[in-house]
Amino acid sequence: MNNFVILPIIIPIIAGMVMVIFRKRIIFHRYLSVCSIIAVGIVTLLLILQIDQEGVQTLQLGGWEAPFGVSMVADMFAALLILTTCVVALCCLLYAFRSIGQERENFYFYPLFMFLITGVIGSFMTGDIFNLFVCFEVMLVSSYVLISLGGTGNQLRESIKYILVNIISSFLFLVAIAFLYAMTGTLNFAHLSIRVAEAGQDGLMTVVAILFLIVFSLKAGLFLFFWLPGSYSAPPTAIAAIFAALLTKVGIYAIIRVFTLVFYHEPEVTHLLIGILAGFTMILGAVGAVAYWDIKKIITYNVIVGVGFILAGAASLTAEGLTGSLYYLIHDMVVKALIFLLGGTVIHLTGTSRLKDFSGLIRLYPGLGWMFFIAALSLSGIPPFSGFLGKIFITRGTFEAGFIWLGIIGLLTSLMVLYSIMKIFINGFWGTDTSEENEKRTTKGLLLPLGILTMLTITLGLGAEGIHHYVDLAVEGLINPGNYIEAVFGTRSVH
Amino acid sequence: MKKSNDVIIRSVTKVAVVIILTFAINLFISGHHQPGGGFIGGLAFASALILLFLAFDIETVRNHIPLDFKVVAAVGVLISVLTGVGAMLLDHPFLFQAFGYFKLPIFGKTELATAVLFDIGVALAVIGTSITIIMTIGDDR
Repeated sequence: MNNFVILPIIIPIIAGMVMVIFRKRIIFHRYLSVCSIIAVGIVTLLLILQIDQEGVQTLQLGGWEAPFGVSMVADMFAALLILTTCVVALCCLLYAFRSIGQERENFYFYPLFMFLITGVIGSFMTGDIFNLFVCFEVMLVSSYVLISLGGTGNQLRESIKYILVNIISSFLFLVAIAFLYAMTGTLNFAHLSIRVAEAGQDGLMTVVAILFLIVFSLKAGLFLFFWLPGSYSAPPTAIAAIFAALLTKVGIYAIIRVFTLVFYHEPEVTHLLIGILAGFTMILGAVGAVAYWDIKKIITYNVIVGVGFILAGAASLTAEGLTGSLYYLIHDMVVKALIFLLGGTVIHLTGTSRLKDFSGLIRLYPGLGWMFFIAALSLSGIPPFSGFLGKIFITRGTFEAGFIWLGIIGLLTSLMVLYSIMKIFINGFWGTDTSEENEKRTTKGLLLPLGILTMLTITLGLGAEGIHHYVDLAVEGLINPGNYIEAVFGTRSVH
Repeated sequence: MKKSNDVIIRSVTKVAVVIILTFAINLFISGHHQPGGGFIGGLAFASALILLFLAFDIETVRNHIPLDFKVVAAVGVLISVLTGVGAMLLDHPFLFQAFGYFKLPIFGKTELATAVLFDIGVALAVIGTSITIIMTIGDDR
């Protein structure tokens, strides 16, 4: 029992509810949201140190032992993602202070943001697949409101699509859970792992596994990403950035968790399928990113490429591949938030998202230009930035698992990503200054969160050795489900 | 606008609301051991309020119950979460419940459990949410 495990979930929800009660105090909302995110970050850091020393931390809510009660499980994999979530959320919040506008702030922007974080962290932490569904819903309901908050025409059109897609996938999720419960009689991840291993993953079980894969693919944007480019380009920059950084990652987390802990017995079927889908996702995403001449579209298609790449590592189901996936997952959360905030800032400064309508930004905004350059290099995995190591490990993992084609697709699409993002840099930042008639617009306050994220991507690249120990622990936990199961059940033997 | 002829529904409502509210509280109390509880009790409570909205109009009811139901929902969730946190302060797992038997003047020997506090929070959250939804749909402003 460790009550620390629940704190990252309840701190944001308490903060959000207090904000709802004191609705009019916007300044108070800002302070409280920043303080609670920082508090969650500190708790998670302590949790990581504890996991490092004592192994996976668990909490059985209300003292009801697993598999009867609801378990919360913090292993290193989840804890690292939660810590990254906190950093990214903090930067998006700081950006939102300057950019989101008073109208949205008055209509519960900060409480909704807190509920979104609650849902994301809850999904990372839960040890029970039904609870995963609940946390998904907490996250999605908040995102429904955030995507339509403000009610511009474009937002409303995209939010209808977004809500429909997600309701259908939630319905399928519930159906899949019902099948799984009928077949195994349990919903606890650790217990599921034991039972599936005992009974063997027969054809029927594999079908259920693929149903789960479809559900999570819809959420993560793995191949079934048709809804993503529209939805992620509709809301304001700060919201789009947090969506791009976190929401698809939760789907990816769910795929990795379920297919390393429960359904890992038939990799020839399930993991090959993940690999094929990842390959298609990378190719289609990269084609989209190269084809468009609109900043928003280019960066949203880059989100899709990232999803494919992370899951290529997961598909290999080797220690190398999963190490790469985790490195790249952390990198991707940081750099996607950064590139969305940068893109949003450029649009804010020029008033247009069409690349051909402006150039020469680097003369007026050198800081912004250089940060964009670093983000572009990091995004495509150029050393010494944070994307490099993840790319190497994923490629090696895919080669090791015999998915050579997948590794090659990954490398080729990296080049296309580099081209697509350099296209923005060359067209937007180089060239003659076209904005002479406009006076220089202010970037005050916007550059701080961008600076933090840029520093982070450099540090993660140069200091990758420093977190290697923790990443290794996380991957070890993924490769050996035994650690997770033992942490949940203790020394009791459960069948 | 012609005044609608709603004597019957108004008269019935005045009696029915009392019955429904009593039933709601009964459902809520019995929830600890029998079917019932905060969620269904809260829904029954909300249905009484919705009946009032139908029989009278939203403005009248709002004038007599001057509560912001969004705040009611938030307070409900806070109560529920904080009862869980209370257990943490006493070094029990989050949401741990304690109960004991007490001799009370009228009820005799009664079981009192901290889970009821949690349930009060659930009931408030349900009432707040459902009334907010109904008011949002019903309002044409």
